[in-house]
Amino acid sequence: MPIVIVENLSKVYPVAVKEPGLKGTLRHLLHRTYRPVQAVQDVSFQIEPGEIVGFLGPNGAGKTTTLKMLTGLIHPSAGRVRVAGHVPFRRDVKFLHKITLVMGQKQQLLWDLPALDSLKINAAVYGIADKEFDWRVSELVEMLSLKEKLTQPVRKLSLGERMKAELLAALLHRPQVLFLDEPTLGLDVNAQVSVRDFLKEYNQRYDATVLLTSHYMADITALCQRVLLIHEGQLIYDGNLDGLIEQFAPYREVKVELAQPRTEAELRPFGELKAVDGTIVRFLVRRGTLTQTVARILAQLDVVDLTVTEPPVEEVIGQVFRAGVVA
Amino acid sequence: MNQTLRKTRTFLWVYYAYMVEYRAELILWVLSGSLPLILMGVWIEAAAGGQFGLRPVDFARYFLAAFIVRQLTVVWVVWEFEREVVEGRLSPRLLQPIDPVWHHVASHVSERLARLPFALLLVGLFFLLYPQAFWVPSLGQFLLFLLVIVLAFVLRFLIQYTFAMIAFWTERASALEQFWMLFFLFLSGLIAPLEVFPPLVRQVTLWTPFPYLVYFPASILIGLPVNLGQGFLAMLGWSGLFFGLNRWLWRRGLKQYSGMGA
Repeated sequence: MPIVIVENLSKVYPVAVKEPGLKGTLRHLLHRTYRPVQAVQDVSFQIEPGEIVGFLGPNGAGKTTTLKMLTGLIHPSAGRVRVAGHVPFRRDVKFLHKITLVMGQKQQLLWDLPALDSLKINAAVYGIADKEFDWRVSELVEMLSLKEKLTQPVRKLSLGERMKAELLAALLHRPQVLFLDEPTLGLDVNAQVSVRDFLKEYNQRYDATVLLTSHYMADITALCQRVLLIHEGQLIYDGNLDGLIEQFAPYREVKVELAQPRTEAELRPFGELKAVDGTIVRFLVRRGTLTQTVARILAQLDVVDLTVTEPPVEEVIGQVFRAGVVA
Repeated sequence: MNQTLRKTRTFLWVYYAYMVEYRAELILWVLSGSLPLILMGVWIEAAAGGQFGLRPVDFARYFLAAFIVRQLTVVWVVWEFEREVVEGRLSPRLLQPIDPVWHHVASHVSERLARLPFALLLVGLFFLLYPQAFWVPSLGQFLLFLLVIVLAFVLRFLIQYTFAMIAFWTERASALEQFWMLFFLFLSGLIAPLEVFPPLVRQVTLWTPFPYLVYFPASILIGLPVNLGQGFLAMLGWSGLFFGLNRWLWRRGLKQYSGMGA
């Protein structure tokens, strides 16, 4: 039984249109015109309990809008959403106890007080008893290695420590479904790794379901077995990362080390040249003709070494978004 | 019940800690509420020369009481709420199983507790400088004042929080508060007690919410005659009206809310 069910979800926003200049401003003041913007268009997917799913897309693709509909912050224009058996927009108390939303660029902790004070508020709000509170905090502090940081004012914490404290606050009520919007934004590599490790451990320990967006591919490759790719409000891919590369990267890179250098004119018939550096040559070869091409290269050139690699996943996704292609 | 008590306690002491973080700012806020003390000087001078039905010492007491009322009923929720909506900080609050308004209520109530020592210090200083004005309200007066001041705070808060709801649509709800402030200054009794108003204006004003925010509680504290029945009726009536309007706008507003940038 899926814990997140999304069927034909759409969201249309009215956006005020203003022409530049004084005339445009006056017209804007007197008679405002709105243009409907389709932020999310007919998106459907399901997530099983315990899954960690990456939600990818360029800025403005509709990721955050979808997360907001899933958490009940905004009302869908059309379609059906169920999260843990609830309709999010009703924001039932039971539903709110089961979910959390962490936004990398937003904070819920009170800035001038130690994080512990904000945590006490959360404990009161979620009805967590004192003993249980102490136990949960010490457990999470250990998982996040945040010792002694909770009694310092939040403004004195480093960005990484603050993000960890935010995670602690967001997970104190032990939600089953985590919605994370750029949880590692702006963190250094070490802090990114520890946040990632923590999320993985939390997911395993409590069988929690995680849907996360990130601009760092390392987050996605380290955590997600499955990714959803959204582009201009439409879901263009739903599956594992390998499948994504299969579908969207029709090229393989063939790196050849030759016994002696050849001219570009001699090399060009074998495939698209990506780079030539002395005896090292990189070809881009279509997946369909890979075997033949490699066979030709081996037969007709003096090859010392040959390797075939898949392009890095960042590059593939970048290419998909740049071209806006839907294969 | 136990849970409610625990929530209340935790919210109050955490927000109290928060307010105490801004000690220096707090003193400035207390001082910024001293408009009544300035007007007191003006009116004492005027009363010495003209016929207003109040003696100079009554004016002194009235404006001191107005100062105390202002200290206990200051509300800033519209600015806070507007910021939360515009910056999308309302979103995380909406995802907690408690109405976000309680955060604002707690911060206002705790601020009162943090501000009280400074305000009392200022009142003490005033009596030191102007001992003729010293008076002690009777226990009955004092208890009645406590009840009315709580109602006045509730009404003030409800009105401003209702204006705050407009932030869902215009993103600049505080402009409405600024406009309202103009009427508030004149009609609440902050600039002059209602005794000096022309009778007709006074009668009409007594049916608006304004005088119950300053004039009514201040008069009770210093023992000026007031119509208690009409006062309570007006306060409860206006509170009920704004409460209803507030909840209606809240529900409509949430539908409108797109969590700008959240």
